[in-house]
Amino acid sequence: MIHLIMDTFLRYLKEREQEQLVKILSFMFYIFRHDDLKEMLDSNKDSLKLEAMKRIVAMIARGKNTSDLFPAVVKNVACKNIEVKKLVYVYLVRYAEEQQDLALLSISTFQRGLKDPNQLIRASALRVLSSIRVTIIVPIMMLAIKEAASDMSPYVRKTAAHAIPKLHSLDPEQKDQLIEVIEKLLADKTTLVAGSVVMAFEEVCPDRIDLIHKNYRKLCNLLIDVEEWGQVVIINMLTRYARTQFLNPNINESLLEDSSEKAFYASDDEEDEDKKAEAAALVKRKPYVMDPDHRLLLRNTKPLLQSRNAAVVMAVAQLYFHLAPKAEVGIIAKALVRLMRSHSEVQYVVLQNVATMTIKRRGMFEPYLKSFYIRSTDPTQIKILKLEVLTNLANETNISTILREFQTYIKSMDKDFVAASIQAIGRCATNIGEVRDTCLNGLVQLLSNRDELVVAESVVVIKKLLQMQPEQHSDIIKHMAKLIDNIQVPMARASILWLIGEYCEHVPKIAPDVLRKMAKTFTNEEDIVKLQIINLAAKLYLTNSKQTKLLTQYVLNLAKYDQNYDIRDRARFIRQLIVPTDKSGALSKYAKKLFLALKPAPVLESPFKDRDHFQLGSLSHLLNAKAGGYQELPEWPESAPDPSVRNVEVKDSVCARRTVLTGPEGAGVLLLQTTRGILISLFRQMTHELLHHSHSEQSSGTEDRKRGRKAVKNQKSSSESESESESSESEDESEEESEEESESDTNIRKKKTIAPSGSIKMYELLHRITGEGLAVEYCFSRQPFSPDPNMVAVQIQFTNNTNSETKNLHIEEPRLQSGMRIREFAEIGLQPSESVTVVMGIDFCDSTQAANFQLCTHTRKFFVSIQPPVGELMTPVFLTENDFKKEQGKRMSAHPRFSTPSCSIRVTATANLSRVPCGSDKECRFAGKTVSSGCLVLVTVTTKEGGRAQLTVNCEKMVIGTMLVKDIMQALSQ
Amino acid sequence: MIHSLFLVNASGDIFLEKHWKSVVSRSVCDYFFEAVERATEPENVPPVIPTPHHCLINVLRQRVYFVAVIQSEVPPLFVIEFLHRVVDTFQDYFGVCTEAAVKDNVVVVYELLEEMLDNGFPLATESNILKELIKPPTILRTVVNTITGSTNVGEQLPTGQLSVVPWRRTGVKYTNNEAYFDVVEEIDAIIDKSGSTITAEIQGVIDACVKLTGMPDLTLSFMNPRLLDDVSFHPCVRFKRWEAERILSFVPPDGNFRLLSYHVSSQNLVAIPVYVKHNISFREGSSQGRFELTLGPKQTMGKAVESVLVSSQLPRGVLNANLSPSQGTYTFDPVTKLLSWDVGKINPQKLPSLKGSMSLQTGASKPDENPTINLQFKIQQLAVSGLKVNRLDMYGEKYKPFKGIKYMTKAGKFQVRT
Repeated sequence: MIHLIMDTFLRYLKEREQEQLVKILSFMFYIFRHDDLKEMLDSNKDSLKLEAMKRIVAMIARGKNTSDLFPAVVKNVACKNIEVKKLVYVYLVRYAEEQQDLALLSISTFQRGLKDPNQLIRASALRVLSSIRVTIIVPIMMLAIKEAASDMSPYVRKTAAHAIPKLHSLDPEQKDQLIEVIEKLLADKTTLVAGSVVMAFEEVCPDRIDLIHKNYRKLCNLLIDVEEWGQVVIINMLTRYARTQFLNPNINESLLEDSSEKAFYASDDEEDEDKKAEAAALVKRKPYVMDPDHRLLLRNTKPLLQSRNAAVVMAVAQLYFHLAPKAEVGIIAKALVRLMRSHSEVQYVVLQNVATMTIKRRGMFEPYLKSFYIRSTDPTQIKILKLEVLTNLANETNISTILREFQTYIKSMDKDFVAASIQAIGRCATNIGEVRDTCLNGLVQLLSNRDELVVAESVVVIKKLLQMQPEQHSDIIKHMAKLIDNIQVPMARASILWLIGEYCEHVPKIAPDVLRKMAKTFTNEEDIVKLQIINLAAKLYLTNSKQTKLLTQYVLNLAKYDQNYDIRDRARFIRQLIVPTDKSGALSKYAKKLFLALKPAPVLESPFKDRDHFQLGSLSHLLNAKAGGYQELPEWPESAPDPSVRNVEVKDSVCARRTVLTGPEGAGVLLLQTTRGILISLFRQMTHELLHHSHSEQSSGTEDRKRGRKAVKNQKSSSESESESESSESEDESEEESEEESESDTNIRKKKTIAPSGSIKMYELLHRITGEGLAVEYCFSRQPFSPDPNMVAVQIQFTNNTNSETKNLHIEEPRLQSGMRIREFAEIGLQPSESVTVVMGIDFCDSTQAANFQLCTHTRKFFVSIQPPVGELMTPVFLTENDFKKEQGKRMSAHPRFSTPSCSIRVTATANLSRVPCGSDKECRFAGKTVSSGCLVLVTVTTKEGGRAQLTVNCEKMVIGTMLVKDIMQALSQ
Repeated sequence: MIHSLFLVNASGDIFLEKHWKSVVSRSVCDYFFEAVERATEPENVPPVIPTPHHCLINVLRQRVYFVAVIQSEVPPLFVIEFLHRVVDTFQDYFGVCTEAAVKDNVVVVYELLEEMLDNGFPLATESNILKELIKPPTILRTVVNTITGSTNVGEQLPTGQLSVVPWRRTGVKYTNNEAYFDVVEEIDAIIDKSGSTITAEIQGVIDACVKLTGMPDLTLSFMNPRLLDDVSFHPCVRFKRWEAERILSFVPPDGNFRLLSYHVSSQNLVAIPVYVKHNISFREGSSQGRFELTLGPKQTMGKAVESVLVSSQLPRGVLNANLSPSQGTYTFDPVTKLLSWDVGKINPQKLPSLKGSMSLQTGASKPDENPTINLQFKIQQLAVSGLKVNRLDMYGEKYKPFKGIKYMTKAGKFQVRT
């Protein structure tokens, strides 16, 4: 119908009007179609809604405006269908900014979502809420972010970190509050959060470097497990951090470099003084010792060179380039060369950075020279970058191979590339004196090339080379003078003219002739050529005025009426200067000096020189201009700031003095695994109380305490320097706080602990007979090992069955799996038939690998090993029933098994877990977490009819989970 | 970070746009179009284009430009790598990543982009997680969806994002448990006129297709791990174990993935499996040129060289080529001057050759550039570096999987200069 009417209409209308009508009709059709969509959105059927939303999203994707549908769409924000909901979110985020009032209608839905028990729903609600760019809801967002930042789910906390920059860009005034949230999230220990919060830090407050101090070691240690995008951000941030906190590892070398450079420029008398001053400075400077934290960063980033993500590799490479001692930078070359096989865009960026690196550290890439050879199939921009790298890498030893390679490039079909190759040859010739003549000859041969571009480029390069030693090459200059008849490229013509003018004394016969020819064609030349003709005329006038006076006058007269004002000005200026008149001032006397002064030869420099003041790998480096939000890479500090700021406060070492708690209900440690915020505040409170307590108990005040703490720190730092792997130790600030009220006492380890009660199993470490009278037994005391909460406390009982005293009992040469650590007990001695108990700590890294070491007395050494049952690798955690269920929901690896009826005592005897209060008597629940990494371990035993039971273990660490199932099964079936 | 993304086709139309922060007008792409115009070839468009207020970072894949708009400092490789990851994901979902495929699946594309970035920062880029969030469209599922009205979006909440092995889906089940590994090596080489090797290196990858139930823990060991001194790993590989024992130990993602890629650099000797004898010459003053090419196997360790394809860009002066191949077919495009010869398999008894003449423009002088010859070939059952897998073991699950290893050598950027 419509078509018929339209057709009849159109037939009667003129062409112009037709167009307009079509526009109007199509617009009406457009609105009509939207009505259609509105109807679908209002319907009750999800499938219709979905169809409508799909069409709307497709329109958004094409860039069509669909904002008039806003009310109809937003109504569906609470739709049950997940896909409809998701598409509505997409729409909402796109248009909320334009329809602020209507967008507010949807907010309550998200606020409800923020309270949902499911972490994924909480996260997605926060994600959408924070993406709605409506200023009115800033307070709501702030509140939501704050709450989410202390959510127990790391995924929600990650989302909170993502929301911070969104809010900051919406309302920068919230900065201070947001920084507080960032500070809190920076202290988070999960890898999921780390990348996102550092991103937020970089966007909101990149200058607040002080927030990083306490988290520095943790970030270094977590780095390898963070997702790849987070790694890039963290590494870039840590590079900047390290530049402010550590000393330049190349400080002594750079001083030497400086002195040699200065010597080159400085005049003789200055030089001596300089040298003396520098020598003094060198003497004064202490020998450089790398901060262990600096070393930690370098060590922990190195494996990431093996990442599959080019951005991560580049980030590590720039970190090494900016921070590592010269001798260690080399390792990045191999990885960067590997990246060159990737997509051409990656290659482009990597080559830009390699080009900058090769200027400063040429030796690093020299072994990989051949990897930069050019293929005819490379895109031109890649070819030119590779050429740049090859030129930078050229030195006396490899120049012949490089030049041979360049020769093949000159024959390429890609003319831009040929031009760049010729320039590269020129640069090699200026940098390496020995090949200058060879290069020059090669270039002169190119002058007879058929391609004009090649010839022109050669002329320009030859001009630069000749400037270095013009006397020897007058024949080349003559040859070039002949070329002026044929070459049309303006730049080349200008170069030839300049050459002839500059060295007209070497070619006294040809020069005036060239000027004659040029005077003829003057009016048809390009501007740069005209300027050079004037120059040539002036120079010839000064040296050979007899022959060229008239010619010069003629050229100057032509130039006087040129269209270009530069040329007119130049002509006027030169006339005044060289032609002596009555008016001409004092300057004309010096005309010769002005024009024919000895000019220094040009230095052919890489365009990548000095680019390294930008952080490599950054956008600013690539553009060679500061991009918005670029953070300058600071210079190394003169003297290192206090390294102790990075020390994480270690709780006073609390050692076991009290009776060992046993039995299922005797949970040694109470940990409230609720939100971090609560935990922290609770923890503060507790410390406070503790302080108070000790204050009243002992006369020694807080100062004593502090001293004690310092002592611990010192002890720590010394142990750190001993073994490299130990530096990670202090990072894990004890999250759990033991109930223990006992005071710090470093000597306490010698003191006897009360022997464990019968329910704790003793294991034999050394038999009486093999130990020649010394019997050693050990047990897992299930006490928190206070000097380091990540260690399992092992209680060792020595019994001396001999008649003589055993002296100097101590541990030696622990042979451990990587990551495992031992905290030894202090040396002890045993009187005959005395028995002493000591406690040592072992970090098993949540594995059941044995810790091997030597037990030494003053006379003998015994090889012993301690292998922990899996159940001892955990510490109890107190959870409420609800928390338990929530946590259980998050952990996926469940291991359901059937077994005989359960008994809670048997479970707690097998594994160091605490019982969770539970409503149903058919179920027993236990909770704990692994000592080393703090993974929750949840065990459920459900009694079924018929004397059967089901055992479920939930743990993120699969190995632990499976082993625990096996052990508990065994215990239960006994 | 990444502000917006525009997808531009070869003819310069923007066919998809997505904004993660406030909307950036598509007129920003005008700067990009200018750059495309300036570049003679599509691959010569600079990957990073500065504009007064933004910066455009683009990648070109399958004739589609992915143009990301960024506003402030961000490592360019970060964006480039992410864009490639986006393309890989699309390929994974739709089989190809062409304009048509994107247009057909525009809603899924939009949903994917929404999940992959949050406020311009990558959120979920692991294919296993994404597949849990948004099911890839298959013909069957599309039919079912239209009938039942169900959706592509996963009903269950994705738990993968929370797991410690984010690359692996949970609850994987197969009736046939199988794990296949392909060791593919590509030889990059430049051979000079006289036939000697200027540079040769090997670029190897181990691609895996793992379909195993549950949470298997695999270890893969090599006969000669010493070869692998320059490697990059999938995040699932335990780096410490590799450092200590030179054994690959990992919980694999489900489905296809690249386990590791390695590089045997030019410092090692690389066996070149093919040689090329060539005689391409032009005589001064004559309008004819001679063209002769013979291929032959060398150092192939007894394996056949297959799927051989020779291509060469002849000088611009060449008008036509009149050649006769001893086997296979050849084509010459007089516009682009591209000669390609599909050889097939090389028979060592009867070496394939391509002989004949080229006609030049009359009166034109002899071209002074020499064409380079690009070679492609495949050799089955051979890893040219000599890498060999020793054994594959599985822990953590009870069943016995079916295991398979395949080796192949290919030509990468294999070039012969004449």
